[in-house]
Amino acid sequence: MKLKWAVLAVFFTIVTVLTGCEPLTVFDPKGPQAERQANDILLSIGIMSVVVIVVFAILIYVLVKFRASKQSEDYEPPHMEGNPWVEAICVGIPVIIVAYLSFVSVQSNYIVESAPKGYEEQEPLVVYASSSNWKWHFSYPEENIETVNYLYIPTDRALEFKLYSNGPITSFWVPQLGGQKYAMADMITTLHLAADEPGEFMGRNANFSGKGFAENAFNVTAMSQKDFDDWVKEVKETADPLSEEKYNELLKPGHLGQMTFTGTHLEFAPPPEHDHGSSDSESTEETHEGHSDSHESEENHSDHSNH
Amino acid sequence: MEFFERFAIPHPSPAIYASMVVIGLTVIAIIAGLTYFKKWGYLWREWLTTVDHKRIGLMYLISALLMLFRGGVDAIMMRAQLATPDSKLLDAQHYNEIFTTHGVVMIIFMAMPFIFAFMNYIVPLQIGARDVAFPRLNAISFWLFFMGAMLFNISFVIGGSPDAGWTSYFPLAGNEFSESVGTNYYMIAIQISGLGSLMTGINMITTIMKMRAPGMTMMKMPMFTWSTLVANLIIVTVFPVLTVALAMGTMDRLFATNFFTSSNGGMDMLWANLFWVWGHPEVYILILPAFGIYSEIISTFSSKNLYGYKSMVASMVIISVLSCLVWAHHFFTMGQGAASNSFFSITTMAIAVPTGVKIFNWLFTMWKGKIRFTVPMLYSIGFIPLFTIGGVTGVMLAMSAADYQYHNTMFLVAHFHNTIIPGVVFAMLAGLTYYWPKMFGFMLNERIGKWTFWLLSIGFVLAFFPMYITGLDGQARRMYTYSEATGFGALNMISFVGAGIMAIAFALIVYNVYYSIRYSPRNIGSDPWDARTLEWATNTPVPEYNFAITPQVNSIQPFWDSKKKGHVLFPAKLDKIHMPNNSGMPFILCSIFFVWGFSFVFAIWPLVILSTIGIFACLVLRSFEKDHGRYISIEEIKETEEKTGGAKL
Repeated sequence: MKLKWAVLAVFFTIVTVLTGCEPLTVFDPKGPQAERQANDILLSIGIMSVVVIVVFAILIYVLVKFRASKQSEDYEPPHMEGNPWVEAICVGIPVIIVAYLSFVSVQSNYIVESAPKGYEEQEPLVVYASSSNWKWHFSYPEENIETVNYLYIPTDRALEFKLYSNGPITSFWVPQLGGQKYAMADMITTLHLAADEPGEFMGRNANFSGKGFAENAFNVTAMSQKDFDDWVKEVKETADPLSEEKYNELLKPGHLGQMTFTGTHLEFAPPPEHDHGSSDSESTEETHEGHSDSHESEENHSDHSNH
Repeated sequence: MEFFERFAIPHPSPAIYASMVVIGLTVIAIIAGLTYFKKWGYLWREWLTTVDHKRIGLMYLISALLMLFRGGVDAIMMRAQLATPDSKLLDAQHYNEIFTTHGVVMIIFMAMPFIFAFMNYIVPLQIGARDVAFPRLNAISFWLFFMGAMLFNISFVIGGSPDAGWTSYFPLAGNEFSESVGTNYYMIAIQISGLGSLMTGINMITTIMKMRAPGMTMMKMPMFTWSTLVANLIIVTVFPVLTVALAMGTMDRLFATNFFTSSNGGMDMLWANLFWVWGHPEVYILILPAFGIYSEIISTFSSKNLYGYKSMVASMVIISVLSCLVWAHHFFTMGQGAASNSFFSITTMAIAVPTGVKIFNWLFTMWKGKIRFTVPMLYSIGFIPLFTIGGVTGVMLAMSAADYQYHNTMFLVAHFHNTIIPGVVFAMLAGLTYYWPKMFGFMLNERIGKWTFWLLSIGFVLAFFPMYITGLDGQARRMYTYSEATGFGALNMISFVGAGIMAIAFALIVYNVYYSIRYSPRNIGSDPWDARTLEWATNTPVPEYNFAITPQVNSIQPFWDSKKKGHVLFPAKLDKIHMPNNSGMPFILCSIFFVWGFSFVFAIWPLVILSTIGIFACLVLRSFEKDHGRYISIEEIKETEEKTGGAKL
């Protein structure tokens, strides 16, 4: 009996902490995608709390009412087969809950997989985020600059991250802007994010990738478009160009501090060809340079081009 | 020189050298002990060559308990490392090896043999059979598992443990990023024991389909037998996928194929898909028999029949089908797009419905019952609320868009421990306490058992509930350390304390066994719990032939009916009993498999070829062997029945 109360107390403490005064990272969204996800999580916590409370209530009632010590010595419990009405309720209510959550889940899937709400009309800022053991390289093709282990982004603008990896599978995650997505060596994945307000956020690789995984993190700074433009201008004036040699040196396993370059590695070290889930106009832009495996990539394209 | 270098530990530490010494001393002590007490013959005749399902069950049980402690030590080391920020207790490499082996050991070498222990020991008794359908195959299954487990466990003293996570995702697990032989061990040790699991699957299905006592129709089978049947159907469905995936992974590592590489047409996510096509049903292979055990226990200690038998069976079948349709929820974040995620999101949530039905049926079984708070019942009662929390967090994780935030975090770690520990581990401990008197003829101490339960439950809540919070706060899983600025420190310290309390609880189990061996009364009869199903209708200790006379079954609970309604369980006349002979072949065959596996890990090809020949030689010899079993005479049966607590004729 004590356990039940203890569990109940702990559970409510958790819920209180989760929604409490000092929000946890995931409950402190700074962009529309993260907000949608936080809302989904809170919604499901709410509904699931009701389920848990119902189960706990029935259990406690049963344990108090029907314990052997409360019953007469010669009490013979009745033989009970299933009752269709009771079973219908036990199936029906969970079905309704699951159906509702499925509806929300499907809706959210399409929301987080497309341009962030309120930013649909904009031309997104495209950033290639690629990982190597155990660093992140951020290439800004339009601005023609590249950074290592830090990311500057403008607020109030759609961001389209093109993710891939120079090694093990990694996962690009900036929890306050939105959930993560894998970066893999043989394809590009796309993550749509946006920041509503300026600030500094934690970003990291969330998928285990070997010895240096724990430190495979980066800083994200969101600033106004004007500050961002100023920063780009400054980088172009002060940073060194990224040469192929320098880039290959950066790829070597290990940890690096934050670095800034002009030019991107995309010209001499192009990303994988297979583009996974990008908006349609761009996937045709990704060229097939006549490699022997282009047939395979084309097949995959048609597989996925319908979403 | 290069050849021998591969046998060295790539990242040695004093702890590993210490364990080498301990392992060496233990082996010497065992050999010396066996020689001193002249037990070699006993060991060979009674255990190594046995084909008796009960003895094989016990060997599974002992192995599972040993592995529980091995995996538990890994867990404690992990929690100790994470207890404080920037801890220097373990380095990254060591931590990576530990969480990898923790996962593999707990799932494949602890939980699997634990459920096999109960399947082997209980199912033939529950259906009134003399043994499983293929007793010798059963022995091979066990020894394959055992050799696989041993091969996996020597990795940390010879050549280095695997370090790519228990999921062993490529390309991280490929040669380029995992240079040591660790992942070879992973591929081959799991392969060998996986073959054993597959054979058990075939064996158990055949046993349940063909060897039930007269009168026991499918819908009169006890719930644990039903759960075993469904779990083994899943085994034969999905273990071949694992076999193929491991073979492909082995070839990538040893023969330079490109199945899972990220270049030359390889596909790294293919491994993830194949792994989880096996891996997700695998958790239902573990949880369904656990549900079966809970069903038996809750019914027994409520002194009431199981509520909603038909819907219990139906929900297990539905779960088994759905379990094969949800694998992609392990990587919603792979970028397969909204449509595909939506499908797997819905199928995953759908599993909550049949699972919910089971929870409610257990609650209604207790309704109007006469609930006795014994230790097995305490575990079953603790299971319901804790597992419900684990289940609802599973529904939360199934919301794929939200999963982008949970994935790879401690929230996920909290969730699956929240299902596996109250679900599977509690069930195994409940089953252990419940069936202990059947297996050994005395009870485990009730007081120590209750202490264990409370410590384990409290320890569990403290260890895992904080992870839900740190996960939502951004703590990724598998990080060997974190900085103080993250603020994860306090909650991780609570986790460590919880893990410590759980460790005390597990130590208490050992003490309980010791205490009960010394002090528990022995004259407890064959039905100490006032149970309802056939396994309690035989004598204790169970004679090797189980039932002197094959029982006649009239309902789901024939033994209960024989006690209360005057149902005649044993209407037939005593006759001589046909039993299989012991054989040394399974042990020898599987020992050769061990050599084969070891030489494969280190690519010692001459030895691989030799042992392959040895394996096939064993198979050929078996084909030409004439072994028609033996008969136990009526006199012998009568004598045994008298000796084991009165004839049940």
